Amino acid sequence: MVKNKENSEDLDFWATNSEEGGWNISSTDEGSQKMNDEESEQQIKIQTGSDVVDDYFIEEETSEDERMIVNMGPQHPSTHGVLRLQVELEGEAVRRVKPIIGYLHTGMEKTGEELTYLQGPTNTTRMDYLSPFFNELVFSLTTEKLLDIEVPARAETIRILMTELNRVSSHLVALATGGMDIGALSMMIFGFRERELVLNFFEKTTGLRMNHNYIRPGGVAADLPDNWQKDVKEILKIIPEKLKDYDEMLLDNPIWQGRLQNVGIITPEECLAYGITGPSLRASGQGWDLRKMQPYSGIEKFDFDVPVLQESDVFARWRIKVLEILESLKIVEQAMDNMPKGPYKIQDKKVTPPPRKRLDESMEALIHHFKIYTEGFKVPEGDAYVAVESPRGELGCYIVSDGSSKPFRMHVRGPSFCNLQALPIVMADSPIADAVAAIASLDPVIGDVDR
Amino acid sequence: MNEVQHIEVNEYHDYIKSLLEEGYEMMMDLTAVDWFRKKEPRFEVVINLLSLSKNLRKTIKVQVPDENLTIPSITDIYPGANFYEREVFDMFGIVFENHPELTRILMPDDWIGHPLRKDYGSGRIPVQFKNAPSVD
Repeated sequence: MVKNKENSEDLDFWATNSEEGGWNISSTDEGSQKMNDEESEQQIKIQTGSDVVDDYFIEEETSEDERMIVNMGPQHPSTHGVLRLQVELEGEAVRRVKPIIGYLHTGMEKTGEELTYLQGPTNTTRMDYLSPFFNELVFSLTTEKLLDIEVPARAETIRILMTELNRVSSHLVALATGGMDIGALSMMIFGFRERELVLNFFEKTTGLRMNHNYIRPGGVAADLPDNWQKDVKEILKIIPEKLKDYDEMLLDNPIWQGRLQNVGIITPEECLAYGITGPSLRASGQGWDLRKMQPYSGIEKFDFDVPVLQESDVFARWRIKVLEILESLKIVEQAMDNMPKGPYKIQDKKVTPPPRKRLDESMEALIHHFKIYTEGFKVPEGDAYVAVESPRGELGCYIVSDGSSKPFRMHVRGPSFCNLQALPIVMADSPIADAVAAIASLDPVIGDVDR
Repeated sequence: MNEVQHIEVNEYHDYIKSLLEEGYEMMMDLTAVDWFRKKEPRFEVVINLLSLSKNLRKTIKVQVPDENLTIPSITDIYPGANFYEREVFDMFGIVFENHPELTRILMPDDWIGHPLRKDYGSGRIPVQFKNAPSVD
C-alpha cells in the first residue's frame, strides 16, 4: 500500500481500499473504469449528466401505417384525475391529441338550481377542489351583486386573506404534482409538506381542510380563531425559506432546465384565441391579472406585483407559480397587519341568520332563523356575471335569478375547462415524454373541468 | 364595465366578428339559459367577451328560435368556443351550425335527453346503492 501511495489518484476508490491494496484496476476483465482521456470536456459533462443535449428530433417522412392511437388515462397518475387523452402517435412523436372529459361530471350546475343561495357555496366549493375558497368567493360575490349589498370591511379582508393563502396551497400542489410528473419526486414530498401548514390553518379557521363552505353570501361563516396571527406568521416565515430550497434544487438544475425549457410553447396569440387565462397567460408575456385590472373584494388596496415572463414554455409556467406564491404572501402579510375590526357578516336581517344566542330571547330572531334556513332569502330578478382570478385563471360565475330564493340558472366558468383546450396545440408534434410535462404545466383540476 | 347587448340570430355571427375586430380578443364564457314556460322563445345563448386592451367586458344575448334550435357556431372566430358550444349542445340540445365536431362532451355519447333543460327532472335516473334495501 505504501508503495503505491503516490499513484493512488489514478485508482478507483474501492480498489485502493481493498485488502489487496495497490491492485491495478486497468488489469481487470472489465478494463479501465476511468474516463477516456481523449474525450472532450463537453462529452464528459454529458456523460456525467451535468450537461443535457436535446438531440431528439422528429423525422418528417413516415408513412400513415406507422401511426397508432393510444389512450392515455382516464386512470393515469399524470393526468391529475380522470382526464382521458386519445393520442395519435407516430413512433414517439405525438401528432394529434383529443381530450375526452366528463368522467367526473356530477351535474353540479343542475344541483345548484335546487339549492338556496345560502346552500350554494356547499355545492360550488366542491368544483375546483384545490382552490375551494375561490369558488365560494365567486358565488358569494355574484349573489351579493344581485342583492346589491356590500359586506363589511373585515369580511372583505378575511376573504382576501383566505383566498390568497388558498392560492399558495393550490400552487404548491401544482409545483408538487408537476415535479412528480417530470421525475423530481422530492419536489412532490416538499410541496405537499408545505401545503400542510396552510391546510392546518384552514382547518383551525373553518373546521375543514377542503370544501370549507366558509365564504357565504353576506360575509364569512365565522370569525378568525384566537391567535390566528401566530399561525399566519409561521406560514409567512417558513414558506419563503422552503421556496429558496426549491430554487436551489431546481432553478439551475440542468436536467430540470433541459426537460422544461422550450417545451410546450403557447404563443400569446394562441392564449387569446383559446381563452387561456391565469399563470399560463402571464407566462406568455401578457400582464393580465384580474386582481389588478378588475379588482374584487377590496384587493385594490393591497400592494403587490404581477409577475410576467416572456418565454411561454413549461419552465416559465413553473417559474411563474413560484413567483406568484411570493406575491400572494405579500398580500397575506398586509391583510394580517391591516385587519379591520368589526362584524364579519353583513348586518342585514334578511340575509344573515341571527346568532344562536338570540333565538332563546327573541321571537323575531326565531322567525328570521326559520325563514332563512328553510325558505332562504329572496334575490331580485336579473342576471350577473362576476369573475375572480383563481390560481388557474379566470373563474367566473353567471347566475340568473327569477326572484325566488334559488338560482334559476347557475353557471360556473371553470378556468381548467377552457385551458384544457390548449392541450392539443401544446402537445402536437412533440415527443410523448414532453406531453406529461405539458399537462402538468397547464395544471388542470378535473373537478373544475367536469363540474 | 359590462355592457349587455341583445342580438338577432341572423346577425349574430357577423356581429361577433365585428367585435373581434373592435378589440374584444377573448371569449370568456358561452352558456345558455332555458326559460321554460317563462319566456318566448325558450332558449337564450349568453356570450361573454373580454377585451384585454380596453379592459372591457361585453355580454351578448341571442334568442334561439324554437322551430329548429339552431344557431351559427363562432368557433371560426374564437377557437376557444369549441368546448363551450359542445357543452351547450350536450346540456341544452342547441345545435351549432358549422361546428367542427359537435358531440356530447360531459355526458356519455349514448345518453338520451339534455340534463340542464328545465323539463328534465334531476331525480330521473334511480341511484343504486350497495346493500340498500329494495324499494317497491
